[in-house]
Amino acid sequence: MDELMLDGNAAGGVLGEVFAVEMTTATMMCGGCGAAGPVGALHLFRGAGIVLRCPQCDNALVKITEGGGRMWFDFGGMQTLEIAM
Amino acid sequence: MPPIISRGFGGRRRGDAPPGRVPPGQYVTRDYPVLSAGPTPHTPLDRWDFSITGEVAEPRRWTWEEFRELPAEDVTVDIHCVTKWTKLDTMWRGVSVDTLLAGIGTTAGYVIQFSDGGYTTNLPLADVRDGKAWVVFDYDGGPLPPQHGGPARMLVPHLYFWKSAKWVRGLRLQTVDEPGFWEVNGYHNYGDPWREQRYWGD
Amino acid sequence: MEGTTVLGRLTWQAATVARLATETPRVTTIAFEVPGWPGHQAGQHLDVRLTAEDGYQAERSYSIASAPDGTRIELTVVRIDDGEVSPYLTGDLRPGDQIELRGPVGGYFVWEPDDGGPLLLVGGGSGVAPLMAMVRLRAAADSAVDTRLLVSSRSWEEIIYRDELERLAGDGLTVVHTLTASAPPGWAGYARRVDAEMLAQVGPGPAERPRVYVCGPTPFVEAVAEALVGLGHQPQAIKTERFGPTGS
Repeated sequence: MDELMLDGNAAGGVLGEVFAVEMTTATMMCGGCGAAGPVGALHLFRGAGIVLRCPQCDNALVKITEGGGRMWFDFGGMQTLEIAM
Repeated sequence: MPPIISRGFGGRRRGDAPPGRVPPGQYVTRDYPVLSAGPTPHTPLDRWDFSITGEVAEPRRWTWEEFRELPAEDVTVDIHCVTKWTKLDTMWRGVSVDTLLAGIGTTAGYVIQFSDGGYTTNLPLADVRDGKAWVVFDYDGGPLPPQHGGPARMLVPHLYFWKSAKWVRGLRLQTVDEPGFWEVNGYHNYGDPWREQRYWGD
Repeated sequence: MEGTTVLGRLTWQAATVARLATETPRVTTIAFEVPGWPGHQAGQHLDVRLTAEDGYQAERSYSIASAPDGTRIELTVVRIDDGEVSPYLTGDLRPGDQIELRGPVGGYFVWEPDDGGPLLLVGGGSGVAPLMAMVRLRAAADSAVDTRLLVSSRSWEEIIYRDELERLAGDGLTVVHTLTASAPPGWAGYARRVDAEMLAQVGPGPAERPRVYVCGPTPFVEAVAEALVGLGHQPQAIKTERFGPTGS
């Protein structure tokens, strides 16, 4: 258990600045272990940026950095993103 | 649109900023915010080791006992986090990287710090030599707590603090640079706080 | 029913303090007027941004405690004594002051009356705020969905929304309190941290397939979620909103 850990839900605001659809109910599939689940249930850590990790295997699915008028996203750890339209 | 100023906000927890000590865009803090890219590792000391690998004639490795027998020194430095807080006069105890690299044969120009949990950060090798970097195990007079990177972390105070890996397990010397965990995602490849090198292109 | 809502992108918007109300000695509810507020769902949160005159900024997230009510929203804030933001929000803000907020956020940790129940809501300290939005919405919608609200507080005096919960109880809403630090003389209720036995007694059980929402400090949420899974509740049926370390 990590006291600092939050739910992916807490990234909804930052994701909402870029994505015009609600992202916390979107589904992500982990590129590490294949587990799939809502973004809202991912494990969120705040370092120099936000990291969303797979609740099953801790793989970093998404990294989000913002500053100087820009944002950066690394979805490299994520296999697939599914959004209901 | 510029942000709305909230009347009376600010200053409650901040410290004085002595001239010349605070890099541009930084605010002095009196506490020590805990930031982490992942869960806190808990490697038992009997399984911990520190390695120098990569472009070296012979890799080096120390167990915790061996590491603690190396000459260590007390270091007091200011630290600067890219998230804009600066903490003055932080006190550490650790082993200089010069000690770890003493006599090493290498053509490497770059070093990658690697940690439990997978975090990495990259530097020119010159930036961890000549008294610029330590592997520290004590903070403020006591053992480094896990949430601040214990049992041991890097301390490279002349750069933003993401360049000082928590839970460090070794240094990999390379002839090619390899941007690390945050460097691939917008953070500056070098990270000099005095030139405010926070993000790509700064 | 879950899905995504096409919102358009979120931006920071101005909010003006309308009213401050003391809930308990350390907890204050702040009502804001937010022109152009698009409305929200019960359980959603928003991000607050404060900017000082020298440019220093701090951001925090707070659950929306009020049910949807036009352009008015309420946040319930616990004062952390050596905190950076909560002493300002609970102690310095005055009606007419402005802050910035971004939201509403989060389609994951929400409940609408059409979602049905039964509902098991477990809140620790200020974690009761988003659950209160659900309870208030339920009342406003005249819903009779079987709802069990288990609230963990340090003491009787520190129970947030205590009187309102007493008034709302009934019509399918059961409110159960547990006190973890001190109890008033003659207290016959639970007086310990939430555990599996308590959760089993407050119910509903896994066979009833309740929708479960757990909110509060991270250690509280982890302990409750683990206990619920141990009782047989499906992990996917348990929605959590961790607030971070106690006192953050």
